[in-house]
Amino acid sequence: MNERDSFEERLRQARAREGLDKPVKGGPAPQSPWGFGLRAGVEVVSALVVGVGLGFALDRWLGTWPWLFLVFFVLGSVAGVLNVYRLFNPRPRSRARDE
Amino acid sequence: MAVEGKTIDALSQFELSPVGGVFGWAVSFSQSNLFMVIAVVLTFWLMKATADRGAMVPGRLQALGESAYEFVAGMVRDQVGDEGKKYFPFVFSIFMFVLFGNLLGMLPYAFTYTSHIMVTLTLAVVVWVAVTVIALKRHGMHFFSYFFPEGAPVWLAPIIIPVEVISYLSRMVSLSVRLFANMVAGHVMLKVFATFVVLLGGLGAIGPFVAAMPLAVNVALVGFEFLVAFLQAYVFAILTSIYLHDAVHLH
Repeated sequence: MNERDSFEERLRQARAREGLDKPVKGGPAPQSPWGFGLRAGVEVVSALVVGVGLGFALDRWLGTWPWLFLVFFVLGSVAGVLNVYRLFNPRPRSRARDE
Repeated sequence: MAVEGKTIDALSQFELSPVGGVFGWAVSFSQSNLFMVIAVVLTFWLMKATADRGAMVPGRLQALGESAYEFVAGMVRDQVGDEGKKYFPFVFSIFMFVLFGNLLGMLPYAFTYTSHIMVTLTLAVVVWVAVTVIALKRHGMHFFSYFFPEGAPVWLAPIIIPVEVISYLSRMVSLSVRLFANMVAGHVMLKVFATFVVLLGGLGAIGPFVAAMPLAVNVALVGFEFLVAFLQAYVFAILTSIYLHDAVHLH
């Protein structure tokens, strides 16, 4: 079955099936290196933003500045790398698939 | 608005101002809200026209409505599967709202409401909350196993679980920032090159010839922006479908 990791591939298939690719062929395609880079950048930055935001909020609440901020900064970076990894790696995740 | 004292003012196009006179001031009804209402009315009108006519051989308008319907229906069916059919109205509403927001912004003097992070973030939060609620309803407490892959060593749980939770939360941010950044970047570029046309056009005799270059860029950019308008609405809808797939199948 489908996996969110294979998004790019399914996007291509869906675009081909719906005939969306025709107007794209001439101009810069969304699969260009720029498009990939932009997507990856958005994924990293958004994970980092969430991590830093969570760290800030918890620090304000618990009064532990700056320790939780530092911890969540690292966790956010890891989550960003994980997001990019999932974006590029179509390998299905080893997780309960029977459901 | 484009040129004020020979400076490039690309951002004032995103400023909100109340419309509709006293009423607009009283309830802060900005042009952004106005275009949201227009988008909803247009979507409703298009779908009503499509459904009312129901001709065997569709006319142009009916073909437009039907192709939009089938496009999203096919996407939801492919991504989510048969269980996803009941979420089709949700995905379709999101898709049409974003699409009309992007496309209305291409009209002169129109306002692109999808160029405001608050609008896209609200849309993304709606999607995120809906997906989470659907997952919780379908799977109950089993939903939380999503944050810890089976087979991972238990001592890694203190690292894996926060990372997975942050990754899950970051969907909201990436979904909204992608749409917002694309729309803002496109409209800023259009405005900057349009300003070049005006500034260079004033350079005496050679002005009009030099100004033709940024004008040509702008013509190409307008075409590109139409592509981006469709593509971003599509990406928003397909990511919504993929998140729905995760919520329904949970892996």
